[in-house]
Amino acid sequence: MLEVARLSIGFRRPLGLWRREIVPALRDISLQVQAGEMLAVIGASGAGKSLLAQAILGLLPAHAVLSGALRYRGAPLDPAALRGRRIALVPQSIAWLDPLVRTGRQVEWAAGRAGLPAAARRPAATAALARFGLGAAAARRFPHQLSGGMARRAMLAMATLGQAELLIADEPTNGLDPENAARVLNHLRTLADAGRGVLVISHDLAAVLPLADRVAILRDGALQETAPAAAFRGNGAALASPYARALWRALPEIGFLPAEGG
Amino acid sequence: MNARAKIKARVNARGRLLLTGLTAALLLGGALLAGHGMDAALLRPRFGLAALPPGPGYPFGTDALGRDLLARSLRGLETSLLVGLLAATASTLIALLLAGLAMLGRAADAIVGLAVETCIGLPHLVLMILVAFALGGGVGAVVAAVALTHWPVLTRILRAEFQAVLTADYVIHARRFGHGPWFILRRHLLPHALPQLAVGFVLMLPHAILHEAALTFVGFGIAPARPSIGGLLAEALGSLSAGWWWLGVLPGALLLAAVLCLDGIASGLRAWLSPRVAEA
Amino acid sequence: MSVSAAGAARLRLPPLLAFLLRRLLRLALLLVCVAALAFALARAAPVDPVEAFLGPAAAQVGPEQRAAIAARWGFDQPAPVQFLHWLGQALRGDLGESSIFAAPVAQVIGERFAASLALMLPAWILGGALGFGLGLAAGAREGGWLDRVIRLYAYLLTALPGFWLAMLLLIVFAVWLGWAPVCCAVPPGLLPDQVSLGQRLAHLVLPVAALSVLGVGPVALHTRAKVAEAMRADFVLYAFAQGAGRAEVALRHAARHAALPALTILFAGMGELFGGSVVAEQVFAWPGLGRAAIEAGLRADVPLLLGIALATALFVGCGNLIADLLAQAVDPRQRRRA
Repeated sequence: MLEVARLSIGFRRPLGLWRREIVPALRDISLQVQAGEMLAVIGASGAGKSLLAQAILGLLPAHAVLSGALRYRGAPLDPAALRGRRIALVPQSIAWLDPLVRTGRQVEWAAGRAGLPAAARRPAATAALARFGLGAAAARRFPHQLSGGMARRAMLAMATLGQAELLIADEPTNGLDPENAARVLNHLRTLADAGRGVLVISHDLAAVLPLADRVAILRDGALQETAPAAAFRGNGAALASPYARALWRALPEIGFLPAEGG
Repeated sequence: MNARAKIKARVNARGRLLLTGLTAALLLGGALLAGHGMDAALLRPRFGLAALPPGPGYPFGTDALGRDLLARSLRGLETSLLVGLLAATASTLIALLLAGLAMLGRAADAIVGLAVETCIGLPHLVLMILVAFALGGGVGAVVAAVALTHWPVLTRILRAEFQAVLTADYVIHARRFGHGPWFILRRHLLPHALPQLAVGFVLMLPHAILHEAALTFVGFGIAPARPSIGGLLAEALGSLSAGWWWLGVLPGALLLAAVLCLDGIASGLRAWLSPRVAEA
Repeated sequence: MSVSAAGAARLRLPPLLAFLLRRLLRLALLLVCVAALAFALARAAPVDPVEAFLGPAAAQVGPEQRAAIAARWGFDQPAPVQFLHWLGQALRGDLGESSIFAAPVAQVIGERFAASLALMLPAWILGGALGFGLGLAAGAREGGWLDRVIRLYAYLLTALPGFWLAMLLLIVFAVWLGWAPVCCAVPPGLLPDQVSLGQRLAHLVLPVAALSVLGVGPVALHTRAKVAEAMRADFVLYAFAQGAGRAEVALRHAARHAALPALTILFAGMGELFGGSVVAEQVFAWPGLGRAAIEAGLRADVPLLLGIALATALFVGCGNLIADLLAQAVDPRQRRRA
């Protein structure tokens, strides 16, 4: 569904008095997201993961330089036409909600932006919120009155209002306790199973691994490898790159397990 | 990048500001010199040439008494600038003095704070009318009135600066070494204050001139021998309905141009003093 | 800050109310200081109070009569005593009698203030609305051509003499185009009850327009800054990600965040508004408080001048108080509920 081909993102920066340079942030990234699967992009903070989301949504800042190709269902990706309707974002924190507007109202606005006619917006918003366990009381609250988990679920609701086929979840487990994190990831898994493509961007390999289909490892803006989730077992021998293996082995759960085969 | 593009990029924001400032200063200086150099006869009433619209020989036209408006306007500009300069200088000095006094102790600080709030609590014009009235309403009164209306804001800024300096570590250490307040004032406070003072003065100047114009416009400080722009415009007010538009439009336009030049000089000065700021 | 918060806690007052009380007390203190300053300045004037009081009749009055007048009005008392006497009278509502208008000062101020208000209120609202709209348009697309034009306009407004702009409007619209009357609040020569509402409104248009234009600058610039700041926020990015257009984002999100700051600026600018009104009244011969102040200063009407000083200080003080309250309303709300 989504194809990222040799994507490179850099930022223009003034150098000295009159020259400019381009600082690379992402180098030569290639990956694909199919319908019905969850692809996790894992990397440490600063590895440029969020830039990927911004590029797909057409939200890169003005001084960003993009090269490579982005394709959606075979055709070149046109973010402005697709975002909110075919491609939906689930952002990483409460800061992405307007602090001065009640949550329910913001979900209604999202419904309008997803293309729903005026009469259908409020019912759709209420239904979407209910699907994720949020009632009228939560809808009446302002964002800062919601807990982290509730806010994340509200944003999930906003992402499922329209006919979005591709979901991009930016750091879905950020700031959540393990129970809420698991809830959010389960929701994403359910959405993937329903036929959508889900791109999860995260630094938390351990939380995402049980639910993802494939995992792409980013390091310093470059793609190390893309492996099926099943490859992350044992001593990581099925993983191609040493970095991925090291990442796998560094997980606390794995470190305590005796390696297979001695 | 070829050489030309490099040079063009080199004359960046800072260069442009400096250039603007220089041009503005030249324009303003030129206008003042021209006004000074003009034939004094142009300023005397010539009844045969009354109320002529702008035309050949009379770029600004003439007023009801046949006086050349351009000559009067330039002289008026000179007066306004002079008054503005005096008032701004006085204001700056008052601000420096009061900010310094405020540093002497909590009581002094409270009193200065109250004085600042009192003067800010009145609309500018009302305070100026009060001061001008108190001093008898002449040109000197106008200078004083404008001077006494602009010091509050600068005082606040300087007070904050001084407080920041005085609570800095190196000043505390200087005190511990036994250096007296005079030493601290000279070595620590003044170097910090001077750039703020310069900027404050330069920013105050256009405001001072505009306020002076307003005050003379409403009727204070009129001295027949020294026309001022405000006075010219006040005179023009009566004859507007007769259709003598140039009497109202042109002197004011000249003042606007002068204020813009001053702003240009101010930006140029700031660009010169702090290159980093301009390049940002 | 913490001391009074503790004091307020002891009195069980909500923090906003405590803040309001503190500011009201400060305002009262300020007014006394303003009164003292004004009184001192008026006293310093090289004007013989007896002469000013008598006006043209001064020539006919002998020295014993003058001494009697001086004693009656307390002109021979030392300044602080006079001040306290005057202040005491003022608190009781008696501001003395105006020599120009031959009427109680309080009454004159009331009438003239009402006339000024007819000018200032519409101009304040219009200028605020226009400034907000322009600031919104400018900040929504920072760096765009509209942004540059609006910034240039606001910049020019601060550089030009206010009364000159008023005169320009007068020349263009009243003298050349004849769309509006040339002067005054009512057509000259008519008795007050002969003037229709339409005529009153016609005379109001130009002065209000002039005053509005002058007030646009600060609101526009401040709104622009707040809108631009909001447009850089994450929630705006999210709105764009949902497919919203720039106009919708600016109106629904940025405008909300800029509204309260704009209102704060409007209230804080009441002093400047009055200053503009003074010159506008002069240009359009409007019988308002500003013109009264000018005449009081030029014709040495001390009671009126002092009364006006107090009244305008109260006006500005209230404006600043409301502005501070509004500024408080934004900050603690987020912190308290979080």
